[in-house]
Amino acid sequence: MGEVITLLFRSRRFIIGAALFTLVLAFGVIGPRVTSKDPFLMAGGLFDPPSEGSMLGTDNLGRDVFTQLMYGTGTSLLIGFVAGIVATVIGVAIGTLAGFKGGVIDELLMGVTNILITIPSIVVLILLSVAVKGRSATTMGVIIGVTAWPWTARAVRAQTSSLKTREHVDLARISGYSTVELIVKEIMPYMFSYIFMAFILQFSGGITNEATLSMLGLGPYQTVSLGVMLHWALLWESVRTGAWWAFIPPVLFLAVTSFSLMLINAGMDEVFNPRLRKS
Amino acid sequence: MVLANAVEPKQSSSPLLEVSNLTKIFGSGKDQVVAVDEISFEIQPGEILSLLGESGSGKTTTARMLLRLSAPTQGEIFFEGQDVNAVKSVDYWKRVQAIFQDPFSSFNSFYSVHSFLGKAFRLTNNHNSAADKRARMEEAMEKVGLNAEELLFKRPHELSGGQRQRLMLARALLIGPDLLIADEPTSMIDASSRVGILNMLMDLSRQHGMSIMFITHDIGLAYYTSERLLIMNEGKIVEEGTAEQVVEHPTHPYTKRLLDDVPRLRRKWDI
Repeated sequence: MGEVITLLFRSRRFIIGAALFTLVLAFGVIGPRVTSKDPFLMAGGLFDPPSEGSMLGTDNLGRDVFTQLMYGTGTSLLIGFVAGIVATVIGVAIGTLAGFKGGVIDELLMGVTNILITIPSIVVLILLSVAVKGRSATTMGVIIGVTAWPWTARAVRAQTSSLKTREHVDLARISGYSTVELIVKEIMPYMFSYIFMAFILQFSGGITNEATLSMLGLGPYQTVSLGVMLHWALLWESVRTGAWWAFIPPVLFLAVTSFSLMLINAGMDEVFNPRLRKS
Repeated sequence: MVLANAVEPKQSSSPLLEVSNLTKIFGSGKDQVVAVDEISFEIQPGEILSLLGESGSGKTTTARMLLRLSAPTQGEIFFEGQDVNAVKSVDYWKRVQAIFQDPFSSFNSFYSVHSFLGKAFRLTNNHNSAADKRARMEEAMEKVGLNAEELLFKRPHELSGGQRQRLMLARALLIGPDLLIADEPTSMIDASSRVGILNMLMDLSRQHGMSIMFITHDIGLAYYTSERLLIMNEGKIVEEGTAEQVVEHPTHPYTKRLLDDVPRLRRKWDI
């Protein structure tokens, strides 16, 4: 494990990505704990421009945008994280099982996966979000995760069906390993970096999907997320009124978060994929 | 010498393993490939025999079916007279074990030698202490000529091909099967370790009364080690007999061709 980390820190992309992400993470997680301000409390007038008292001005209800941004980043990261975990767990479970078992089970699982891939996930997301009452940030993460796993499942299946032909898998089988043990102990270790990279992509996708849904007004209740901020900005026409401070900061944070995760992913790819590794 | 005598008395006893009309077909319709075509043979207790054939002849597929790693399309395998499908696979693997051809891909590079050998205890109902298990592992490693103290906690990438192949043998020893299926056990190791490993296998067979079936394309290896040879070509067993018989008086054209391909094979090595 130590070697892997040393290797990772040799990739410039990974270092920049990790540094950016750490900053975003600190802002979203530590920020809300340090500040005394409440993101839902009126701190000024309607669309007050940035001033000394409030760094990014106020929104349509006179609430402090900078405070919202801290809380919102935290919520968005939480939703993305939950979505990433859910999607990766489902994707890996289905992918490994299909790839390992082959035959009818494979056809069945991949059939379902391929059908889900052809349905635009945004449609499913909207329907699910409307159907679920009382959405919290975690529920939203789960909803996004359950619609995002098919690509991971397909990729993991392909890896598994190639890894399972290795002789150490056969050797473990004739030592009496069960299917689950074979997958977890003999196949997963070889896919660990791959699974982790898939998780990073799902994490990033989760954050973007949250923004899309929330902007449409299907976001989490009684919380502020980056998407919810965009929803408010859209609803109260901050663009037309020229209140740039209400919509530029959340957009920027969304972009920076996704970008940092993509850099981490690209950096890991560089390290784990020998063909991309520079000498 | 001893070999000719060794075959005779065993014919009367009941076979350890009996294969009848074993067939494996891959794919279906136009893409159908008959990998193994209705083969039948027996393995006697304590016998060493070889299944010989070139790549693609179906010998590895046969080995996989014998190990119950792949289900036959047709035909039966009887172990001590009992249909293997009636035996729990874990119980079967306590009696029938394998050494695989590629000592590199046979090791999971994430685990040490200690945990590789430790897997064997799953099959031996060993509820003994860790210290006892360790002692047994060390004993098995010494038996195959490995320095346990030095190697026990090494990872596979720190070992040579010969060491890995010996470790597989040590693993088989810990399980103590009645039949060992050795699929090209020396194909990936250099000539100097080769004879050593073969001799070791043959000694173990003698000491423990373990049957060994070599799966190989190397007629020299087969002749050196085996009492009986089965020649396989295009999924069928085309010739069967004692090693001398087959090598000196081959009847099937494929066997003749196989023998012609061997650069030099004048006399049996002294064993």
